[in-house]
Parts: sequence; C-alpha cells; structure tokens
Amino acid sequence: MNASIPEPGRVVPSPAPKRQPGKYAELWKTMKQQKQGYVLLAPYFILFFIFTAFPVVMAFALSFTYYNVLESPKWVGWENYATLFLKDEIFLVALKNTLLFALITGPLSYIACFMLAWLINELSPKIRAVVTLLFYAPSISGNVYLIWQVAFSGDSFGYVNAFLMKWGFILEPIQWLQDPKYMLIIIMIVQLWLSLGTAFLAFIAGLQSMDRTLIEAGAIDGVKNRWQELWYITLPSMRPQLLFGAVMQISSSFAVAEVATSMVGFPSPQYAAHTIVTHLNDYGTIRFEMGYACAIATILFVIMLGSNMIIQRLLRKVGE
Amino acid sequence: MQLQFRLRREKKVNRSMPVDIAIFVLLAAAGAFMAVPFVFMISTALKPLDEMFLFPPTFIVRTPTLDNFYDLFLIFANSWVPLSRYIFNTFFVAFLGTAGHVILASMAAYPLAKMNIPGKNFLFGLVVLSLMFASQVTSIPTYLTMTWVGLLNTYWSLIFPAFATSLGLFLMKQFMEQIPDSLLEAAKIDGASEYRIFWKIVMPIVKPAWLTLIIFSFKGLWGTGSGSQGASYIYSEQLKTMDYAFSQILSGGFVRSGPMAAAALIMMIVPVAIFIFTQSNVIQTMSTSGMKD
Repeated sequence: MNASIPEPGRVVPSPAPKRQPGKYAELWKTMKQQKQGYVLLAPYFILFFIFTAFPVVMAFALSFTYYNVLESPKWVGWENYATLFLKDEIFLVALKNTLLFALITGPLSYIACFMLAWLINELSPKIRAVVTLLFYAPSISGNVYLIWQVAFSGDSFGYVNAFLMKWGFILEPIQWLQDPKYMLIIIMIVQLWLSLGTAFLAFIAGLQSMDRTLIEAGAIDGVKNRWQELWYITLPSMRPQLLFGAVMQISSSFAVAEVATSMVGFPSPQYAAHTIVTHLNDYGTIRFEMGYACAIATILFVIMLGSNMIIQRLLRKVGE
Repeated sequence: MQLQFRLRREKKVNRSMPVDIAIFVLLAAAGAFMAVPFVFMISTALKPLDEMFLFPPTFIVRTPTLDNFYDLFLIFANSWVPLSRYIFNTFFVAFLGTAGHVILASMAAYPLAKMNIPGKNFLFGLVVLSLMFASQVTSIPTYLTMTWVGLLNTYWSLIFPAFATSLGLFLMKQFMEQIPDSLLEAAKIDGASEYRIFWKIVMPIVKPAWLTLIIFSFKGLWGTGSGSQGASYIYSEQLKTMDYAFSQILSGGFVRSGPMAAAALIMMIVPVAIFIFTQSNVIQTMSTSGMKD
C-alpha cells in the first residue's frame, strides 16, 4: 500500500501517513483534481455552517458575555452559568421538567417505536401500509395535537371531564390544563402520541430489509420462540437503525416546548410545564438577554450530546 | 413479488397462536390510541354549534355540517390580512424550501458518498453530530445571525435554514452509497464529468430518496409558524404562514373548537396526502438510514 502511487482511475484516499516534504503538495493536488466535488459540496455546506455550525460556536462564545443586542457583548466569565444553577430557580424547575420528559417519554417512545414497528412487520403488506400511515400520521399532521386541548378542556363539555362525570368518578370538572398536578402527564401523553416519527419509519424499513435467511438459519440452530429470535437475530441486525432511531428520539425528547406552550400556555401555571427550551425562548426572544440565553442553549447542547453518547454506547451491547 | 412473499410467510417459523392473538390485541389498542384523536377531530369539525353544547357530549357527530369551515373563513374575512395571503406564504415557503433542500442535499451527498475527497469524513461527521441535537439549541444564535445578515423578517429566514437541514443530507448520502461504483466508473471512462454523472446517472437513481426528503422537508416547512422558531424570525403579519395564523386566531375558547378542528383538518390533509403517495419510497430510503458503529 504505497499511498504515493494512485491506483488507475481512483484517487489516493488520504495523504501519505509519513511526514514527507510533499505531503501538503500531494493533498493540494488531490483536492485540485477533485474540485468538482467541492463545487457540489459548497452550497449546502456554506448554509450549513451559517445556520448550524457557526451558531453552535457562537452560542458557546456568547454564553460568557452579557449581550442585549443593542450594546456590544460584555465579558462576564462564568457568571451566566453560576446564575443559572445557583440563583435561577425557574431554570432548575425547567431542568427537572425536561429531564422528566426525557427520562419518561424518551425511552417509552423509543420502545414503542420499535415494538410497534416489529408487530406491524408481521402484517401483510397492504394492511401494513395502512397501519404505518395511522401510526405515523400524528407526527406529520402539524397542529392536530390541539384537539387534545378540546378533549382535556376544563369545563364539563371537555370529553374527559364529561366521561368521568357521567360514570361517577368525579363530581365536578377538573381543570386539566391549568392544574400543575395533571399538566405534565397530559403533555407527556400528547408527546407520546406525536413521537412515532422518523425513528419509527427507520425501524419499519430496517425490519423489512432484514435478511430473512438469518431467521431461518436461526430456527435450525435452535431459536425456539419469537422473543429469542428478537434478541439474538433481529436486534443485532437492526443495530444501525437502532442507533439512528435513538439519536432522533433523544434530540426530540429533550426539545419539548411547542406542545407545552400551545397546550397550557406560556408561562405555564406555576411553571409546571416549563422546559429548558421554553426558558431559552423566554430569555432569547422576550427578554433579549442573549448571553444568558446562549448559556441555556449551551447546557442543552451538552445534555443532548452527552446522552446521545451514553445511549449509543449502551446500544452497542444489544444482542450480545 | 406478491407470490414470493406469500411463500415466505407460510414458511414462518417460531410463531404460536396465542401470542399472535395477544399481539393483535396490543396493536389494536395502540391503533385506537392513535386514531381516536383523529376521529374526534373530524367529528368536531363537522359538528353544528348546538351539538357542541350537548351534555354529555357526543363523540360522533349526529348531523354533520360544514358550518365550521364556513365560520373559519368568516373569522379570516374580518382579519387584517386575508387568508389567501397566509396560504400563499405557506405554499411559497414550503415549495421553495423543499426544492432547494432536495437539490442542495443531493449535490452535497454525492461527493460525500462516492468521491474520495480530502475532508469529507470531517464534513459528514459534523452533519452526524448535528443530528444529535435539536435545532432549538441554535435558535437564538441563528436569530442573531439572521439579524446581522439582514434576513430577519423575510421569507428567506425560513427557507435558507431549511435548505441545509442535516437529516436530509444524512439520508441522501446513506442512500447514494448503495449505487454500484462500477456504474460510475464506466461513465468516467466514457469521459463524463462529475457534474454530468451526478445529474444524469446519480439523480435518477436516487428518486426514492428525493421523495423522502420532500415529505420530511415539506412537513417541517408546512408546520412552521406556531412553533418557537418560525414565530420569532418573522414578525410582520403579511409574511406569516397559515399554521401561525390558525393557531393565533383560534387559540383559546371552547366556542371556537369547531373552527379549530376544521383548521387542523385542512392543515393535515396536504402532508398526509404526500406521505400516502410516497410511502413505499420513504420506507425504501429509510432502510439505508442506519448509523455505523
């Protein structure tokens, strides 16, 4: 494998590992040969850097400043972070709620995505298409979750109240969406309803493209029931999709905000449904304390990335 | 195809009747949980006003009427910006954003999947990393960037970020990796440039992946407005989208739950219809969506 001799028709995959004088010249030559590739990459990546990569770096930098958009940023060091964790009690409530959402709805929706995809896979193709549509529909149909607002409406015309009153469970209507006791649970239910999205499709697709001879071979090798088949054959061969699905579910389960805001309002009564993202929007788009908002964003970023790393490590053990 | 599939199903191993029944019951229960809000929504959208105030409330509408749709348009007739403007905004943003995303993401995916260019692993690594956090993280700095480059309060503040969504590039790259190298080699030997190969060979092959990107991107843009981001980038009423207008005008109040259900029904029809037409392509694309470990 001499990297300095290109194979015919192919280009050197990477610059030579040894520190030769011609290393950078070589790299430059390769890059020039492949300039068409860079031209194709450019438009997407310019926008990607402007709207995704640069904002992340900027959030980190601005999180150490006081910045109100009108004046130029003032350096304050770790002050924003100290305030967040030591003085801002509402942030701690938001953090608690976000973790609750992530710890409850995250795993539940992930498991539901997989189990439902697995069960659907047993159906015949035509029924499967209909059922897939039914399960996937909530996550693509926009504002439909507002219908839950009507169902949980606080007067006796709300469906849940009417039902419970009719059957004698309660005597007077419960203010479902105003009472901090119920708010979080209702939002979790709605969030679960909405959560069969991209990960669910990836699981269905992964199951359909699975090599069926593996299962037959497994049966010969002594796999006795579908649970063993699931653990020893299906899950390991689905590992790439499982990882992808985890990434999609984790980032969405930490970002709960829209549903909470439109169901119970902003700010929610006693901040019972306040999440990190609503806190972020509060400081960013209402109070214009951008430095502080960026500190919140940085914390959210670290939490999302950290939990992704942990979950990915765990998922690699599946089926072993 | 059909016959082959049946044969395979008959050969199914390791299945027992009681568990099959249990699974059927479980699926039915989950299906009911998913379907009930939709049934409720359609039923509410068709209910006349007097039926809304029945106690106990009826789940299924008795005398369906289109009054709620009429009322919805009536509400908009009195508003400052006509409904047609909101509809135009939504379609404009959704179409342009989706078209640009599909084209730019495919262009960028081709070199990442099929060319050996220095730095491609780094770039793809960044995209994978950005899949791991929701876009809410960058909403505030993005807002500041938009202010600086003067995009705030224009359609472009919704369209440009949609061009560079990371999920689309990820799926497109994974899908393109399946294209056999020999096909591209042959074209290269015949003297075709990379642009020509991309446009004439790669793009037609990856049609299922475009359709997938279309549904994801369109769904995202169609629903922008009431969510945190769309609402904060655009403040002039004339540029706002349908979703925003609906949720703002109809928020709150039981009396308006009829028109609200009608609005929700109108909003969901388009993305669901697109998904119905693209479903098999979406599944085909998603089967390559795995992350390598």
